[in-house]
Amino acid sequence: MSGHTDVPYEPVFVGKRRTELDELLTRYPTKQAALLPALWMIQDDRGWLPEEGVTEVAAVLDLTAAYVRGVLTFYTMYKQHPTGTHLIQVCTTSPCLCTGADKVVDAFLEHTGCKELGLTSADGKFTVIEVECLGACGFATPVQIDFDYVENVTPEKVPTILAGLK
Amino acid sequence: MGYPHKSHPRETPVLSKHFGDPDAISLEGWKKRGGYKALEQALNMDPAAIVDIVKASGLRGRGGAGFPTGMKWSFMKPGDGKPHYLCCNADESEPGTFKDREIMRGTPHALIEGCAVGAYAIGAETAYIYIRGEFTEPIQRMEAALKEAYAAGILGKNAMGTGKRVDVYVHKGAGAYICGEETALMNSLEGKRGNPRIKPPFPAVSGLFGQPTTINNVETLAAVPHILNNGAEWYKAMCLSSPKSTGSKLFSVCGNISKPGNYEITMGFPFRDFLYDLCGGPTQGRKFKAVIPGGCSVPIQTMEEADATMMDYEGFVAQGTMLGSGGVIVFDDAQSIPRQMARFARFYAHESCGQCTQCREGTAWTTKIMERIVAGQGTFEDLDTLLELADNMTGKTICVLSDSCATVVTSGLQKFRHEFEALITGRRSSTVSMAVA
Ligand SMILES: Cc1cc2nc3c(=O)[nH]c(=O)nc-3n(C[C@H](O)[C@H](O)[C@H](O)COP(=O)(O)O)c2cc1C
Ligand code: SF4
Ligand code: FES
Repeated sequence: MSGHTDVPYEPVFVGKRRTELDELLTRYPTKQAALLPALWMIQDDRGWLPEEGVTEVAAVLDLTAAYVRGVLTFYTMYKQHPTGTHLIQVCTTSPCLCTGADKVVDAFLEHTGCKELGLTSADGKFTVIEVECLGACGFATPVQIDFDYVENVTPEKVPTILAGLK
Repeated sequence: MGYPHKSHPRETPVLSKHFGDPDAISLEGWKKRGGYKALEQALNMDPAAIVDIVKASGLRGRGGAGFPTGMKWSFMKPGDGKPHYLCCNADESEPGTFKDREIMRGTPHALIEGCAVGAYAIGAETAYIYIRGEFTEPIQRMEAALKEAYAAGILGKNAMGTGKRVDVYVHKGAGAYICGEETALMNSLEGKRGNPRIKPPFPAVSGLFGQPTTINNVETLAAVPHILNNGAEWYKAMCLSSPKSTGSKLFSVCGNISKPGNYEITMGFPFRDFLYDLCGGPTQGRKFKAVIPGGCSVPIQTMEEADATMMDYEGFVAQGTMLGSGGVIVFDDAQSIPRQMARFARFYAHESCGQCTQCREGTAWTTKIMERIVAGQGTFEDLDTLLELADNMTGKTICVLSDSCATVVTSGLQKFRHEFEALITGRRSSTVSMAVA
């Protein structure tokens, strides 16, 4: 699920998610160790990490919101802003660059109508970003679309890949 | 098996034997292939005896540094009254490396078994597998396999009915190369920013949650059950060159090459045969120009050096580089080395955690200067500045990310200086595209 700004915030750690968090807390000797997983739960449910989510995580784990913010900004996968419905992440580190990853980026920018890296297309459907090595260098160019990898992407395949996204 | 390719007769498939076989993923399928025999045996042994077998096998860490695994385990003192922890490093973010992902996707129970044996051997009741957040599929496979292992009583309070407790959990990262550095990984697992810690204290003294901890790579731990099943002598005998490098090793191959993928060979295999025979040589009409054999943090090799290399820890050192993580990156004659090196510098600048001035500033300045040179706006003075920066970035920081960025620059400049100079004087090779992505 990707980012929506217009939906009012409802607490995430109730019902099933609360049970999940409680189970998670048994795995670690400190509450703080559940911070990354707890942030993932919010992002999975809400599409990104709104301020209310930060406050909620801080409250359930006995941390301060400032501390939580300090941690989450360290990690590139936590979204501090909503993105298009689909986040397209193209690896352009050298092993992929040398097989033409820059052309794959160009093709995504062109066919999504996103004008620049990091911007969302006018229809709100796509955001394209460059990322560092995805750990799939033998399948160049790998592209992570939301959660899943699409491998061996070439510029020619881009229109078909985009057509397959709802 | 040279996944995604058919196994080559010159491979030694131990870890990769069942890659690409969907039946090997489930617990039932894995047990049919001999799974969990080693754990059952291990749980009925004295932990010290397991450590001795691993020591005798000669197994060395597959995460990059090549530290002897049995020796690392012997730093832990089971029975000292403290909780011990095992961390399995599945952060796999070193450009060029994609072997741990295949172990987790193809044989998740092999890793669980390795973690359980390792944990027991070091006196730990809990092992955490820290997997990079981007690895959705490997995480799902590992979670599903753990569920099966718990349901079957293999893990938990009474592991395999022995009355011993072994818990194994997956912990998902959230995007940060530096969290593969072992002390950064521990901080991240504790719910902190992934900043590396100053050593000492070493993890075996004060690691995760301040307790004695061992960190091992996925491939290292996955090798352990095979060693218990077949014996230390069997493992030690897998060696074609230096007796200090034993066993089989997975190499991930990528870049400008005919058959990129994972290949498993016996330590000491000739690199030339590996590149031309197993991996199919260069793509049509091209020639190889350079190889980075161990993930982007090791020095680049010319083809003369690569052709003379035996693929083991000592063999790579003898030819001016290191085995590292086993991520082989190949560049052909259509590539500009300065352009690729500038992109690597940008990678390090992006991934620096920013704690150390030399690294934070050094990686940023290196990138800026390299990109300027690639854009045709560099000067000869820039080349001196790059080397001076590299010198300042080496051996002076909390972790070696800074040194790795310097290595890219110094090895690139030392071996391919003519390409940098050609960019400065404006004499560019027409076959090489120069734009920085
Ligand atoms: C910047 C940096 C990144 C690293 N990334 C990884 C990694 O992704 N996976 C890994 O296993 N080791 C990585 N390492 C090495 C670990 O710190 C550690 O040495 C290793 O996990 C130990 O396991 P081993 O003895 O089984 O090799 C990295 C080291 C540094 C300095
Ligand atoms: S060397 Fe760089 S990455 Fe390592 S601790 Fe220092 S600033 Fe962080
Ligand atoms: S460099 Fe692109 S996936 Fe590794």
